[in-house]
Amino acid sequence: MLALDNVHTYYGKSHILHGVSIEVQPGEVVGLLGRNGVGKSTTLKTVMGVVRPSEGGVVFEGRQIGGMAPHHLAHLGIAWVPEDRRIFRLLTVMENLRTGLERPGVTEAKRKELLDKVYVSFPVLAERRAQAGGTLSGGEQQMLAIARAMMLEPKIILLDEPTEGLMPRMVGQISQIIRTLHEEGVAILLVEQNVPLTLEASSRVYIMEKGVVRHHAPAADLRANHAIIHQYLGI
Amino acid sequence: MAIGFEQILIQTVNGIVNGMILALVASGLTLIFGIMDVVNFAHGDLVMLGGFVGAVTIASTGNFWLALLVAAVVIAVFGAVLQATTLRPLIGRDPLQTILATFGISLVLQKYAIWQWGPSARRIQEPLSGNFAFFYLQYPWYRILTALLATAIIGALYLFLRYGKYGIWIRATTQDRVMAQAMGIPVPLVHTAVFAIGAGMAAASGVLFGPLGGVTQNIGLDFTLRAFIVVVVGGMGNLGGSILASIFISLLEAYAALIVSPAQAVIVSFVALILTLLFRPTGLFVPTPK
Amino acid sequence: MRRSVTSYWVGFAIILALLAIAPLLLPEFWRRFVTEILIWGLLAMSSDILIGYTGMVSFGHSVFFGLGMYCAAAALLTTKPPNLWIAVLYGLAGALAVSLFVAYFATRLRDIYFSITTLVFSQIFYVVIFTWTDVTGGENGLAFSQPPLSIPGIWSGRFTGETLHWFVLAVVTVSFLILRRVTQSPFGMVLQAIRENEPRARAIGYPVERYKIVAVMLSGLFAGLAGVLYAVQNKFAAPDFVFFIVSGEVVIFNVMGGVGTLVGPVVGAAFFLLLREGLSRYFTEYYLIPVGIIFTAMVIFMPQGLLGFARRRLNQ
Repeated sequence: MLALDNVHTYYGKSHILHGVSIEVQPGEVVGLLGRNGVGKSTTLKTVMGVVRPSEGGVVFEGRQIGGMAPHHLAHLGIAWVPEDRRIFRLLTVMENLRTGLERPGVTEAKRKELLDKVYVSFPVLAERRAQAGGTLSGGEQQMLAIARAMMLEPKIILLDEPTEGLMPRMVGQISQIIRTLHEEGVAILLVEQNVPLTLEASSRVYIMEKGVVRHHAPAADLRANHAIIHQYLGI
Repeated sequence: MAIGFEQILIQTVNGIVNGMILALVASGLTLIFGIMDVVNFAHGDLVMLGGFVGAVTIASTGNFWLALLVAAVVIAVFGAVLQATTLRPLIGRDPLQTILATFGISLVLQKYAIWQWGPSARRIQEPLSGNFAFFYLQYPWYRILTALLATAIIGALYLFLRYGKYGIWIRATTQDRVMAQAMGIPVPLVHTAVFAIGAGMAAASGVLFGPLGGVTQNIGLDFTLRAFIVVVVGGMGNLGGSILASIFISLLEAYAALIVSPAQAVIVSFVALILTLLFRPTGLFVPTPK
Repeated sequence: MRRSVTSYWVGFAIILALLAIAPLLLPEFWRRFVTEILIWGLLAMSSDILIGYTGMVSFGHSVFFGLGMYCAAAALLTTKPPNLWIAVLYGLAGALAVSLFVAYFATRLRDIYFSITTLVFSQIFYVVIFTWTDVTGGENGLAFSQPPLSIPGIWSGRFTGETLHWFVLAVVTVSFLILRRVTQSPFGMVLQAIRENEPRARAIGYPVERYKIVAVMLSGLFAGLAGVLYAVQNKFAAPDFVFFIVSGEVVIFNVMGGVGTLVGPVVGAAFFLLLREGLSRYFTEYYLIPVGIIFTAMVIFMPQGLLGFARRRLNQ
């Protein structure tokens, strides 16, 4: 469904991605591991159109999307939950969610349905629906960021380090959310530093180093054999 | 030379009236800056063009309200076209280039106005003549109407941003352009729309200002400069701040005009700008950032 | 590397020679025109120090220019007999004083705020000059007679069209050489570092404020010099030259020619003035409409200016 093929991306003169190739099948949860600064976030940003690839292609459902603007991609069914969450701080929780609901083809009834669903899954957001996004705690903001992405009814969610800076209890919740999304058939490309969570949630894992994919294996293999993890991540 | 109480009172009301007209111009400018980081050098010229379009419309139809509407719509559309053709390619480039581009546009618009309508001033007849009796003073009805209209338009803008369906789009784009796009908001369209709104508001000010000061090509630079000052003093991107600052600056100028000539009263606002930049650069009416 | 340096100087010498014989070949009108190009070119060069090298866009150069002009006028009206060098002195002193004032703000404000403030200064200055009729002659400006060119020990006599041109050419050339030396010196390198990435320059340890102050003073000084030259050439000083439009035109010269090149702005000035001359024949006073459109189009499509564009073409 989603495929990056030998993608090179630059930030100005810095060559960040040196030919990244990654695949995600419909409904799959795929993990992307690697140390800080190897280009994991940049990979997601390239898919989302936030940065343009200078070489290589990105294909989504058979269509070349490299270089397309992010808002088109959102309409095609790709949602992005960025590393720093990027909640609209001055908008209320509900307004944050609504940014994803004013799409063509969404009726008022559908909007209500999606909102209600989210409020049921995330009761704390229902509670705080009239509060400004900036007043939420870190964990709540993360939930809002994910809920907001779900408003797009995406086929794939690009999740960038959802558990960063969260308390252990919240990490468990995130894990649960990923599981629920998977059950609903949403594909997930998960970038994480938390190895156990990634291995548990994903079916396949890519490991990146210095802008390239160095290793690619089913999660089960990596769960059984930690040596590779040690080698690339030093954990 | 004693300054009578009546004069101070009248100047206060004048200050508020002028302030509201300026606020109409400045809020468009600050909205545009807040969402696209564009300092629109040609903003005052949009005011000027609005005044001319309004004057022409009144000359042929005799209806002030129609003129106001036509001017706002025509200039809004013009603004949209302008933004889409000349400013969109510059997004993401050095902000200096946008200043230069809008400066170039400003020159063209000014000279175009002279070419199209001639160098003499146009008059716009006020829709309401006569004076409002306040105690023993007389004050023109039209000026009060102007202030009310300007307030109404700004109020409508505020409500639109807060509660309107597309208000969320505009506010989200202002806060985080990239994330707004990632949520499916067509940001380039939003930019054009906001520019058009700002242009329309500027045009409306031009028409409102018409009966007070006449419509000539030079008012462009005047308004641009004043609007800049207001936007900086009020806090760039801060809507409420620019309204307060507009009134503040206009009051200062009105009071100064009691003592020096109007041409020199302008210096007061310049001084206010400089002091703000030196001591409270984020804006006088903005809480100091922590 | 060596080859490009020699070819640079060869080109420079050729142009210098052409400019020197110009007054002998051209009719009076065009001779004055070339002299004016040189003066505006000097003004544009001075502005380039700020815009192109330090990254500070000034919309207020008309202040330095105007002050140079008016102070020179003051000298020529008050000292008897009118002395060229005293006029230069007064002009430079005036420009320097104002540039100190502006420099102060340059260090406290960044980017767009600085630009707006310089614009505001330009207008304040204009209002002051326009309304202080007793001192400045208000709207009508000041008229005075041209001082004789007197180089002690070598020459004394009135200016002719040719000698005035050569005098201006000499001053502008020397200024260019000085400015070029400055921009290529370590000082100039730091300025460019400030333009590229100010926080980093500061982090490295450069006293950025001090560099900015000197840059502004340098810029103001040469702008004032241009003002003096203009006063001497035209024998009057008028508030029009202090109006913001002049500052705007200077910025246009810089951008059209190519910022950060010193030569570029001079080319830009020539280009603009030629355009104006040519287009005003067809468009009369509306020449600014096509010129404005060309300028805006250049900002969008040719932001490196004419020189940058030519340079790229030559490198291919």
